[in-house]
Amino acid sequence: MTSPLPSAAPKIRVSWQAILTGLMYGFMYIPILILGFYSFNASRFSATWGGFSLRWYYSLLNDARILSALRDSLAVAFCAVAISAVLGTMMAVGLAKYSFPGKGLYRGISYLPLIIPDIAIAVATLVFLVTVGASLSLWTIIAAHIVFCLAYIAVVVSTRLTGLNPHLEEAALDLGATPAQAFIKVLLPELMPAILSGCLLAFVLSMDDLLIASFTAGGGANTLPMEIFSRVRTGVKPDINALSVLLILASGFLAFLSEYIRFKGNQRRLK
Amino acid sequence: MSQTVVQDRDAAQTDTKLDVELRKVFKVFNGETAVRGIDLTIRQGEFFSILGPSGCGKTTTLRLIAGFEKPTGGEVLIRGKSMVNVPPYQRPVNTVFQSYALFNHMTVWDNVAFGLRLKKCSKSELQERVGAALQLVKMEAFARRFPAQLSGGQQQRVALARALVNRPTVVLLDEPLGALDLKLRKEMQVELSNLHQELGVTFVMVTHDQEEALSLSDRIAVMNGGRIEQIGSPSEIYEHPQTPFVADFIGDTNLFQGRVGSIYGSTLQVITPKGLEILVKSQQAWADLPSQSKDVVVSVRPEKIHIGASESGESINCYEGTLKHVMYLGTHVHCVVELRSGDSLTVLQPNQSHRLPELHSVVQVYWSAADCLALPV
Repeated sequence: MTSPLPSAAPKIRVSWQAILTGLMYGFMYIPILILGFYSFNASRFSATWGGFSLRWYYSLLNDARILSALRDSLAVAFCAVAISAVLGTMMAVGLAKYSFPGKGLYRGISYLPLIIPDIAIAVATLVFLVTVGASLSLWTIIAAHIVFCLAYIAVVVSTRLTGLNPHLEEAALDLGATPAQAFIKVLLPELMPAILSGCLLAFVLSMDDLLIASFTAGGGANTLPMEIFSRVRTGVKPDINALSVLLILASGFLAFLSEYIRFKGNQRRLK
Repeated sequence: MSQTVVQDRDAAQTDTKLDVELRKVFKVFNGETAVRGIDLTIRQGEFFSILGPSGCGKTTTLRLIAGFEKPTGGEVLIRGKSMVNVPPYQRPVNTVFQSYALFNHMTVWDNVAFGLRLKKCSKSELQERVGAALQLVKMEAFARRFPAQLSGGQQQRVALARALVNRPTVVLLDEPLGALDLKLRKEMQVELSNLHQELGVTFVMVTHDQEEALSLSDRIAVMNGGRIEQIGSPSEIYEHPQTPFVADFIGDTNLFQGRVGSIYGSTLQVITPKGLEILVKSQQAWADLPSQSKDVVVSVRPEKIHIGASESGESINCYEGTLKHVMYLGTHVHCVVELRSGDSLTVLQPNQSHRLPELHSVVQVYWSAADCLALPV
């Protein structure tokens, strides 16, 4: 189908909003893109392009220190998230279900770790641990990580709880379930998407944490961010570029998974 | 006057088996009294409705029977057994919630099977009973679906099946049709009524819809401000309301505040502050005849009032007024007549072939003294 009217040459007009948006995204992501680009650089020096290569990725896999730091990080994240998942869910359910004097204050204090600066948590935890005479180890990092993981999971779960039909538990009781059965068979499955999504979020945050971990780590404990930081101080090596790219991809994937689970959960509930 | 009360007492005394009994039940929430001393007896196999405006305590009453709330005072009995320390999961009742409260992570089949599985029902019996329950509510084709994939009406049916499959002594329905649109609600009313007749189980329904209560129930308790105003059959509640609240809440009515002037046998003469004299003839002997100069409220249903010249008679109330407003309703014509005294009167006329007088013309209205009621204030 041809237009009877002679069409004018399309004039490209760029609005200032588009320029601003472009600049903003450039500012945010160009450094990451450059990082990704150099991670495939065969040359040892960032200034020159020595051709495409995966050698830095291979060298990462053979780097014992990196692998042991990764193992420490995963151990911290798994332990902290697993403990926080149980405590955070119980906290959210308890806060939603029971009313007691000072509940508002209690709720506020529970979520405070979300806004307290990491450095404050780090210093406070260190001072506390020294005061009580606890020896620093991997477990002290886990304890410190539970502080903020717990708050994140509790927030996500309680958001879901407020949107949940308040009569679900009563319906289960009405059909003959004891309070424990009602919790396990009805409430927990209904909350599961939120719990999983909160866990993934907390996992990413725990893997990412440098500040709190470096304050509370004992001898021998060395998480991935701590290892990266110590290496970067003597100049950025290409293998760190490669490691950063892998970390970005992994956390991006987890964050996406977390949102997807939450979206699916909400969709089933809202429809 | 107290016919319905007498009848309710009869129910308690005769051999009719009782399913639910409430004795002087009170419920206080944080200093606010939601239920103020309710006495109720619900017979076996009855369709009983608790009707009242929002906030009257009707849902709390239902929750007291279900066991979700503990009475602050008084006692709830089911089949003669006190439920004082019986938790909801051990009571022989099942509830249909207003919001349905279906389990979203389970299929329709699993939702309905939930109660039976907890009771460790054998596999073959479970299959049979869940299938039968779904068939009863015409949802067998949707067994593998999740609640989110169903319409509101279908979810309602699943909620019903989930309650009925357990064969409870009493089914409690909390505004079961409140979330449905008008057409679906009418359909479901018929189905609820059919289900009740088919199963013969006691239904206790809470509703604020008087039409729903009148059309479905064997008996109705009208609640207001945490108290029961009247218990009776739909026709008793409509024809013989015992309080001004019941007269006003059930159907439309014209209410006149007044004072008893003189008494001739079973006929009272009531005088309103604006000087209107109304004759009220009781259809049964007054149980407690209002004494002279006692304050009463006279209630006249709009459909009992006629427009036009009255046949003269002794016990006819006849007044002159101006036709202020006419609304055509199809089967009926709704008129507002302003009487000489200044009182406004709502009149419902059947749509007959004869024409109504002109708007703003002077008309005569009349009703029989036997067609109105004097209610104690």
